[in-house]
Amino acid sequence: MTKKKSFLDFVSENRFIHILLSILLGFLVGAIFLAIMGLSVGEAYGRLISSVTSLKGFSYVVVYAIPYIVVGLSVAFSFKTGVFNIGAEGQFVVGSMAAAVVGILAGNLPKPLLIPLCFLAAMAAGAIWGVIVGFLKTRWGINEVLSMIMFNWIAFYLSNFIAGIPAIHSDGTAEATKNISSNASTLLSKDLINRLGLAPTANWGILVAVVMTLLVWFIIEKTTLGYELKAVGYNKFAAEYGGIHVNRSILTALAISGALAGLGGALQLMGMGSRISVFSSQEGFGFAGIVVALIGCSNPFGVFIAGIFYGALMYGGSKLNLVGAPTQLINVIVGTVVFFIAISVIFENLKYLKKKAKAPVKPAAPAAEKEGEQK
Amino acid sequence: MTNFINNFGIILYATLIYTTPLLYAALGSCFSEVSGVVNIGIEGMMTAGAFTGTVVAYFTGNPWIGFLCGGLAGAFFGMLHAIATVNLGADQTIAGTAINMLGPGIVIMIAKVMFNSTDTIPLEASMKIPRLFRGVFDTATVFGRFMDNVFANYASTYLVFLAVLIVWFVFYKTRFGLRLRACGEHPQACETLGINVLRMRFLCVCISGFLAGLGGACVTMAISTQFRPISIVGQGFIAIAAVIFGKFRPQGALLGCLLFGFCSGLKVVLGGSSGVNMQLISMIPYVVTVIVLILFVGKSRVPSANGKPFVKSK
Amino acid sequence: MSKQYVDMSTPVIEMRNIVKKFGDFVANDGINLTVHKGEIHAILGENGAGKSTLMNQLYGLLKPTSGDILVNGKKIEMNNPRDAIDAGIGMVHQHFMLVQPFTVTENIVLGTEPTKGVKLDMATARKNVVEISERYGLSIDPDAKIEDISVGMQQRVEILKALYRGADILILDEPTSSLTPQEIVELIDIMHNLVKDGKSIIIITHKLKEIKESADFCTIIRMGKYIDTVDVDEVDENDLASMMVGRKVTFVVDKPAQEPGEVVLDVKDLHCKDYRGVEIVKGLNLQVRRGEIVGIAGIDGNGQTELVEVITGLRKGVSGQVLVNGVDVFNKSPAFGFDHGVSSIPADRQKHGLVLDFSIEDNLILQNYGEEPFSQKAILKRDPIFSHASDSIEKYDIRPRNSEKRPAGTLSGGNQQKVIIAREVQNDKDLLIAVNPTRGLDVGAIEYVHKYIVDQRNKGKAVLLVSFELDEIMSLSDIIDVIFDGQIVSSIPGSEANENDLGLMMAGGKQA
Repeated sequence: MTKKKSFLDFVSENRFIHILLSILLGFLVGAIFLAIMGLSVGEAYGRLISSVTSLKGFSYVVVYAIPYIVVGLSVAFSFKTGVFNIGAEGQFVVGSMAAAVVGILAGNLPKPLLIPLCFLAAMAAGAIWGVIVGFLKTRWGINEVLSMIMFNWIAFYLSNFIAGIPAIHSDGTAEATKNISSNASTLLSKDLINRLGLAPTANWGILVAVVMTLLVWFIIEKTTLGYELKAVGYNKFAAEYGGIHVNRSILTALAISGALAGLGGALQLMGMGSRISVFSSQEGFGFAGIVVALIGCSNPFGVFIAGIFYGALMYGGSKLNLVGAPTQLINVIVGTVVFFIAISVIFENLKYLKKKAKAPVKPAAPAAEKEGEQK
Repeated sequence: MTNFINNFGIILYATLIYTTPLLYAALGSCFSEVSGVVNIGIEGMMTAGAFTGTVVAYFTGNPWIGFLCGGLAGAFFGMLHAIATVNLGADQTIAGTAINMLGPGIVIMIAKVMFNSTDTIPLEASMKIPRLFRGVFDTATVFGRFMDNVFANYASTYLVFLAVLIVWFVFYKTRFGLRLRACGEHPQACETLGINVLRMRFLCVCISGFLAGLGGACVTMAISTQFRPISIVGQGFIAIAAVIFGKFRPQGALLGCLLFGFCSGLKVVLGGSSGVNMQLISMIPYVVTVIVLILFVGKSRVPSANGKPFVKSK
Repeated sequence: MSKQYVDMSTPVIEMRNIVKKFGDFVANDGINLTVHKGEIHAILGENGAGKSTLMNQLYGLLKPTSGDILVNGKKIEMNNPRDAIDAGIGMVHQHFMLVQPFTVTENIVLGTEPTKGVKLDMATARKNVVEISERYGLSIDPDAKIEDISVGMQQRVEILKALYRGADILILDEPTSSLTPQEIVELIDIMHNLVKDGKSIIIITHKLKEIKESADFCTIIRMGKYIDTVDVDEVDENDLASMMVGRKVTFVVDKPAQEPGEVVLDVKDLHCKDYRGVEIVKGLNLQVRRGEIVGIAGIDGNGQTELVEVITGLRKGVSGQVLVNGVDVFNKSPAFGFDHGVSSIPADRQKHGLVLDFSIEDNLILQNYGEEPFSQKAILKRDPIFSHASDSIEKYDIRPRNSEKRPAGTLSGGNQQKVIIAREVQNDKDLLIAVNPTRGLDVGAIEYVHKYIVDQRNKGKAVLLVSFELDEIMSLSDIIDVIFDGQIVSSIPGSEANENDLGLMMAGGKQA
């Protein structure tokens, strides 16, 4: 078995290549739809690329990407620790609202105090939202997916409720909160933005995203806390046998995951939104976080890149209507990418193409060695 | 008193209105989950059904053809999910997420191309799913008003209750149902008895898409008259929640959906009359669900092999 | 065996030159097998020798890479179990293929359900099941749920499942692995009744004594290769053993006599409930002293699992005391027990013993990742973790070598067990609890595990051994405690135990 690895072997064994292939196929499917609609593929994709590669365009991409990265990290962290944080949406919303409340009511505080305070409030709110679900699970055994779906909606209406409170509500006619104090804003200075020709919403939130990426990686890979949480995520029975407190770990994991999603909400608000509208439907940041975590293989650095990629698609996609293509094309492309990531086993089987042998779905182990697989 | 009876009738009416699409989708979810495949793509399948149903009804003028096509559109995305999860052993959560992006993405794009808008053209009354008992009751009497309020519903509502009965019968009284439940509990055992687990699961996931599609179609063909991108916002997930709530049984899912529908109905009436903040009232269904879970339901027994791909050895 | 029912002129199964490959791995390499009407034919081989693979081909679960299968003289393509069932073959798997929340009747008829119109006809199904169970003398409760009945009963259900489908040829895969001696005797009786009725039986096993007691012929497989088919009457257990492993094996564990020291584990009047809330341990008392192995013999379901779970802190008990070196660990956490001297080799190594997705090095520090040198101030120290793993792999002969960073799930069962043993032995606690430590391991690995357990005893540790393998209990234990219905009903020195008495006590029939 010391044969030189062929190209197909390489392709079929490399996870990174699978993701790239999935992305390519996503664009291919997008191209097919464009062609069916009678639109020029070259023009549409050309516009997509040109709109994100200029300095200004790229600064937009980065701005878009900030919440995606941080919520993506939240979901990735939950995947690593064995829960599926479908509740990131709600955590994002309460985090964002907590930051808004602090940013409005404590607006007189100086910047170096107010900004960390907003971040903390958002993280605390997100963490609480996560811990409630964890508590329902550990105390009463309530399925976390179910309660997360409920708490996403509770967060949604809670945010709308708070937005309607007179002290918070906009003084004007807008169905939204007041703008947060400029002391709570993470925007770069007007001067700098104009001089460099960046997007008007360019902000330094991306630095927070970088720090969080490193921090999540560090916690997961380097600390005893990460070890515990992963052990519980992979096999809570063995973890318990090994002396790890399973319930405490689940709560911790959800708190951290929730805090990250909440922080994502704050970064979005303080960098881009500056106020929160009364929602008519869910914003979908939690959902985007799931997609980003999946494309990034739940690896923190992968999530960072996937967040930028997703931001580029979202920003570039918004320019597609300039060439007459529907912006929804982007959702089709991303959906296709995720679909192919789901079935990336087909790439693993590429190596069987050249061999005559039939491709097994997975090489089956001899039956005698399967013992213990079934209960 | 008269007023109360009136309001009560309206609450029941609204309960049924809200319950209907959820219940179709929840029945669909039952099929998939009980056979062993997690399907969080219900939402995307509903959206596909919502769009297709109303568009086909608009062009054919026949609501029933539209309704059926709504189901078929859901089934198409069900089939995609089945190919990924059953045949290719994909992670079921990831595949479901993909369906939730693809479903809305594709139909909204088609809407944009066909109507140059993300909304479809509203249906005329004759193209909507008919109301069966319109004008049957004498609205002059209090009782008649009440009955008219309650039974002013669309045919799709009565159909879904029939569907619950049928699904219950299929699950617990037929050979197909016994095998379907066995596939979700112990697929290896089924395989050793000559039951084709992959085919069974494939079929069930397609059926789940079909029912979810029907659920989506009643939103745009009965409750409302057109498809808009916000026609389906979270109903698919609520349906999944109802199934977990109902311990993966069709009759349990019925209870879950009714509870949810009733709270939503209450919301409509309270929102109109009382001084309580509308946003807080809107929270009621979700809060009540959690409270009921804590007090009465507790742990849901998930089918043993739920979420685990079945790999057939060669 | 007298072979009184064997009809040598009528071969019912012929497998000719069967080859089965998984990728580059050859699981079966040219195997031949002939079984006649009325014959009990044993297939003998170590774990991983290819016995189950061979039988799965006969049952249509796997397709042979090459070779022919003939049933009643006719060549048959087995594409799936349906074909096997149609050809009159039934199989009872080692891990029962029963749907837990279903009733006995539902399980038996699944796949061939009688119907009335579109409706399931459960009344007829139930009647048929009762009828067939009476015909073969296999009494069962047709309405009980599988999750509520004993392992022995579940096995009957499995046999009935095959008979219900009209099987003339029964394959039994390791049928005695979780039965008591008495249940084994009953099973052998059932088997004899069946061959008297003209059925043929293939039994897969690695237990030599049972082959001698039940089988007419025996086919031996070693590492995927066909070794021989022998007349059981013409060989003894030692012959079979050396054919199976390809060398002489010793069954005797070398265990020097030694005086036990002070009490390490002292369980007093322990009560606890099982997962359904039924009391299953009912006032149990137990002591284990330094330098001795106490074996718990008992039928599965008499409270031994729950006993161990309470001692290790995984389950909350109702009342009682669990003293370890004088400290009560009752209803504390697993971590508390560990800190006070409890280490254990759990029954289910893949569920409780290992995090299969973790690397070997990470699995080896499962209890002490939070201690120096493996971590400092909550930061993991990779170098000491790695060198600890390297040492353990070397010292405990974990294969393959250089596997520090490999996920534990990629190791063979025997090597996974070695990882657990390496971890628990190096924890160097006063009490070692081992539950079914050799389940599913081959002969070589079993010898190895036994050696380490005895080593711990010799070093002056207290060892509590819980096993369903009576042979294992008898060859290792200094004291054998028999557990029945949640209590220790008798306690006898290991040297004085004999299988029959133990069997009776385990069934609650006799007290010493």
